[in-house]
Amino acid sequence: MTALGAPRPRGGLDKRTARKGWLFILPAVLLILALSFYPMIQAFLLSLQKGSGNNLSYGGLSNYQRLPRDATYVAALGNTFYYLIIQVPIMLLLALILAVMLNDSKLMGRGIYRTLIFLPCATSLVSCSMIFLQLFSNNGLLNNLFMRWGWVSEPIPFLTNAVYARLVIIVTMLWRWTGYNMVFYLAGLQSIDHQIYEAARIDGASVMQQFAKITVPLLRPIILFTTVLSTNGTLQLFDEVRIMTAGGPGVGTATLSWHIYRSTFEQVPRFGYATAMAFTIFVMVAVLAFIQMKVGERT
Amino acid sequence: MRRRLHIRPQRVLKHLFLILVSFLSAFPFYWMLSSATNDTADIILGRVLPGRHLLVNWANLVSAGKIGTAFFNSVRNAVVLTALSLFISSMAGYGFVIFRDKWKNKVMGVLMLSMMIPPAATLIPMFRMFSQLGLINTLAGFMLPSIATVFLIFMFRQATQSFPYEIVQAARIDGLGEFNIFLRMFMPIMRPTYAAAAIVTFMNAWNSYLWPLVILQSPDQLTLPIYAGSFRGGYVLDYGLIMLVVTISTIPMLVIFFALQRSFVVGILGSVK
Repeated sequence: MTALGAPRPRGGLDKRTARKGWLFILPAVLLILALSFYPMIQAFLLSLQKGSGNNLSYGGLSNYQRLPRDATYVAALGNTFYYLIIQVPIMLLLALILAVMLNDSKLMGRGIYRTLIFLPCATSLVSCSMIFLQLFSNNGLLNNLFMRWGWVSEPIPFLTNAVYARLVIIVTMLWRWTGYNMVFYLAGLQSIDHQIYEAARIDGASVMQQFAKITVPLLRPIILFTTVLSTNGTLQLFDEVRIMTAGGPGVGTATLSWHIYRSTFEQVPRFGYATAMAFTIFVMVAVLAFIQMKVGERT
Repeated sequence: MRRRLHIRPQRVLKHLFLILVSFLSAFPFYWMLSSATNDTADIILGRVLPGRHLLVNWANLVSAGKIGTAFFNSVRNAVVLTALSLFISSMAGYGFVIFRDKWKNKVMGVLMLSMMIPPAATLIPMFRMFSQLGLINTLAGFMLPSIATVFLIFMFRQATQSFPYEIVQAARIDGLGEFNIFLRMFMPIMRPTYAAAAIVTFMNAWNSYLWPLVILQSPDQLTLPIYAGSFRGGYVLDYGLIMLVVTISTIPMLVIFFALQRSFVVGILGSVK
């Protein structure tokens, strides 16, 4: 049988059939053009307009010039990068370590471990935020246990102190997404030939050396993919922040998406300005993905 | 034999680590389930064991209202969106391979660029566009942006590449039209791919929060995540009731997860191969 990936005999597809093919593609193409590319162009045009509500007029780059003077935007930008820089590397490294451990076919209880670690993927971000909101609140389970065990004399302000609250959001994201990324790495590890490891062991390579010299280089495309994916997701972080801390205390945990949502749908909307903020997310996603791909290809 | 009995400390450490991570992963689920059966006072006192307040919490939830609406809307939104999305996206994925030519490859390349467009960036123009079109508070408004996704198109494109071309050729000789070949040959044979794609699409629709928050503002369009999130306000949170709502919105996904774990994984891996 000829798989379709293989080259087909020339002239196998006549013009009429090829033309019919467009009908299969057209609905999806039109939808993506109208609901992804067109809004993106609109976003850029809207970001050049100033005013509130529907009284908009072109103001050039004035919205962008305002960004550095908007304390909430600056704080949200800082927080977003804080989440990105701390959470993504820890999560991906942990996922990779777990995947390597679980890739051992002789490991007892492998299936159970894998299922349990992957389980958090079944919750929605809202659900897991609500659960962690309970666990970490002042009258939540953790404070209760810590006080009962005499570790602390009064509740730790997990959600009302900005430093703690940011960490709690990071913990929540780690819980929700580590197993998800592990699945990608497990799939990647399965395609690595076992004999490579056998040979390395015979040559006296330690576990760490095997990890650094075989596993990581061979998984590079998947590591790159998960890095781009997680970066993209974290730059748009919204659900956890809105549910668990409402951006607070103050703007201590605020993210860009949260700021955009709030200034558009909970205050007098300044569509142009909010879209300028949103456009900066697009630029960051694109720039970071570009950098990550360049670095990922070279090393 | 001797080797097996020999317990290596390294192996013990590995298991301890895995047990710890597994416990941390699973415990919040247990806490959610057990709290749904406790009353708020007990939850605040740190009661970890299941209690007898499930029915009381349920009664409170029913009297808070809207749980039926939220559940119905969530099911409706996710089911309709999944059906449409699978149909449109798989048709495109199939078309890109079976009718491959230079131009279609170029179009696919352009579509791939849309993966770089974060939904957060187009939120406001989309909202304005949809309000001009009268799509606020409609199922169409909720669904339209996610019907055709590059992720699914790519997934079906990859799957089609392993679909035997002889079947298409034979069907053509038998006089079957192109669309019927897709409908009657491709779709039944590719059932596993559809199952995996259905799970991810359903899950994304079921869990989505920001877009429904923006587009479905009227109380009768409420979905479960928005309903659950709405209990966040107020000084005293009724944790028993909250955990019951969270449980109700999580159980369908848990059932799918345990019943179809393989497809679940394939769905998440999707286009990566």
